[in-house]
Amino acid sequence: MHVFPYKIANRTLVTLLALLFLFPLIWTVLTSFTPGSEIITRSNPLAVNRPTLANYKAAWDAVPFLLYYGNTVIIVVGILAAQLATVTLAAYAFARLNFIGQGFMFILFLVQIMIPPDVLIFPNYVVVKELGLLDTKLAIMLPYWASAFGVFLLRQTFKQIPYELDEASRVDGCKWWQTLWHVYLPSAKPTYVAFGLVSVSTHWNNFMWPLIVTNSVESRPLTVGIAIFAQTFETGVQWGTVTAATMLVVLPLLIAFLVFQRQFVESFMHSGLK
Amino acid sequence: MAQWIPGSSRGASLRRINWRKQAFAYALLLPSLVFLTLFTYYPTLKTIWYSFLSSGFGAKKFVGFDQYTRVLQSEVFLKVIKNNLFLLVMTVPTSLLLAMYVAIWVNERMKGNGFLRTAFFYPNVIPMIAIANIWLFIYTPDYGLLDKFLEIIGVSGPNWLGDPRWVMWAMVIMVIWKEVGFFMVFYLAGLQNLPGEIYEAAKLEGARPLQLFVRITFPLLMPTTLFCMVIATTNSFRLVDHLYIMTKGGPDNASNLLLYHIYENAFSFWDTGAAAVLTVVLLVILLSVSIFNYVYLDKRIHY
Repeated sequence: MHVFPYKIANRTLVTLLALLFLFPLIWTVLTSFTPGSEIITRSNPLAVNRPTLANYKAAWDAVPFLLYYGNTVIIVVGILAAQLATVTLAAYAFARLNFIGQGFMFILFLVQIMIPPDVLIFPNYVVVKELGLLDTKLAIMLPYWASAFGVFLLRQTFKQIPYELDEASRVDGCKWWQTLWHVYLPSAKPTYVAFGLVSVSTHWNNFMWPLIVTNSVESRPLTVGIAIFAQTFETGVQWGTVTAATMLVVLPLLIAFLVFQRQFVESFMHSGLK
Repeated sequence: MAQWIPGSSRGASLRRINWRKQAFAYALLLPSLVFLTLFTYYPTLKTIWYSFLSSGFGAKKFVGFDQYTRVLQSEVFLKVIKNNLFLLVMTVPTSLLLAMYVAIWVNERMKGNGFLRTAFFYPNVIPMIAIANIWLFIYTPDYGLLDKFLEIIGVSGPNWLGDPRWVMWAMVIMVIWKEVGFFMVFYLAGLQNLPGEIYEAAKLEGARPLQLFVRITFPLLMPTTLFCMVIATTNSFRLVDHLYIMTKGGPDNASNLLLYHIYENAFSFWDTGAAAVLTVVLLVILLSVSIFNYVYLDKRIHY
């Protein structure tokens, strides 16, 4: 049968393609361990003759990484925590309550999916300015505290929870928030994990909006910090430092991704299913 | 205190309206609505209003469509739209086809496939700004990774990011590299839902692999493809972070994109009128894509 070589040919092609895709990362890792003097002179871009940690030290000294990590973590956690609250309440209303104007409200929420906050950078800057919040971490977080995507994702899950469970807990004398806490939250755990991973990776990586609303080291997240740092270098000699700094930004998410690979991929899959 | 109504119960209008229930539902929506109003509805309306006012720091006057005629006829705007369309046309079909191909071959539960999936997906968990740093070094003339490789085969590459003829091509390659893994994930999900029996039957009939793909897999994956197409199209208007690091939209706006052009106008040139008009243009584009999606595609997908 001719099926077998056909399979081998395609698997080989996909594997080669995968290596090609990995190449930029491999090269970045190797470069981050290469002494600055070697980077330009070497003829083989993958050769590291005398591996060094000097680039990491230089990057760590040049960029206030601890402060930036802290800022990013505060921003990411601050966004997720607020989102979980707003999203849960709205999803419950859409999934389990009947109210006048439900269809209209649904469309109003849908608007945020069509017009995501990151394309409204200019008018949202004006809003933040009017609120007097420029150059604060709160300004970075606020536009994302409502998430229509999260509401729709969770609403789907809530709708699948048997109504009898809801009723049973009510018969037991639970108030609505107790039912929400004891019945809905545990049943929707996979959805929360999916939403959480997508939210955290999105906002860890967000750049344009924080760049616009921040102006000081104290409120800047990692992405903005590293971009401003990278701007000051353009010559090849500094590549070592910039790649090391880039690695320091990329590593936390990359490690999280490698550890929670299945959840990550499934979350992103989830995020696309209506 | 019966606040619960089964989701399935219809005909609420026939009963007397229970205002407490109504208020309760809206109270649950309120936290979301506050932030949606502040950062979606209000700014959207505000931009539309701004687009009819004069620019500058002084008192703004109502100038009708003057800003529109000024901005939409400018050479830069036409260039930017051309770039956005070029990016769309060059990246979306290629990314989707590659994603589909890769997904088909890493779909099986088999050793090494986890690694392959990771290799394709990882660009999506690192910030665009980090990607830009890496690809800036890849595209650097002479010393960059790409030129080092071309040197081996005896070709001397152009100044990838500095040459207006090459810069968009360089961006296209980078965007495809980033997007393939993202859409691969959706195709993997799509493949899971394909009915296995059809394949069994087709194999019994002696169908060849390519026939299987053309006649069965590709058509059955159409809903996934249409869905990915909408996301990819939207993404092509949203992904602009890399421009800040790599080209600033240059040389001579050869790589400039609409959202970055909005950023430039609003925060570098302080031309608020142009920023407002361009934002309205972007909103119109995004809304058209969504409406096309909801009205046209949704009907076709759910047969």
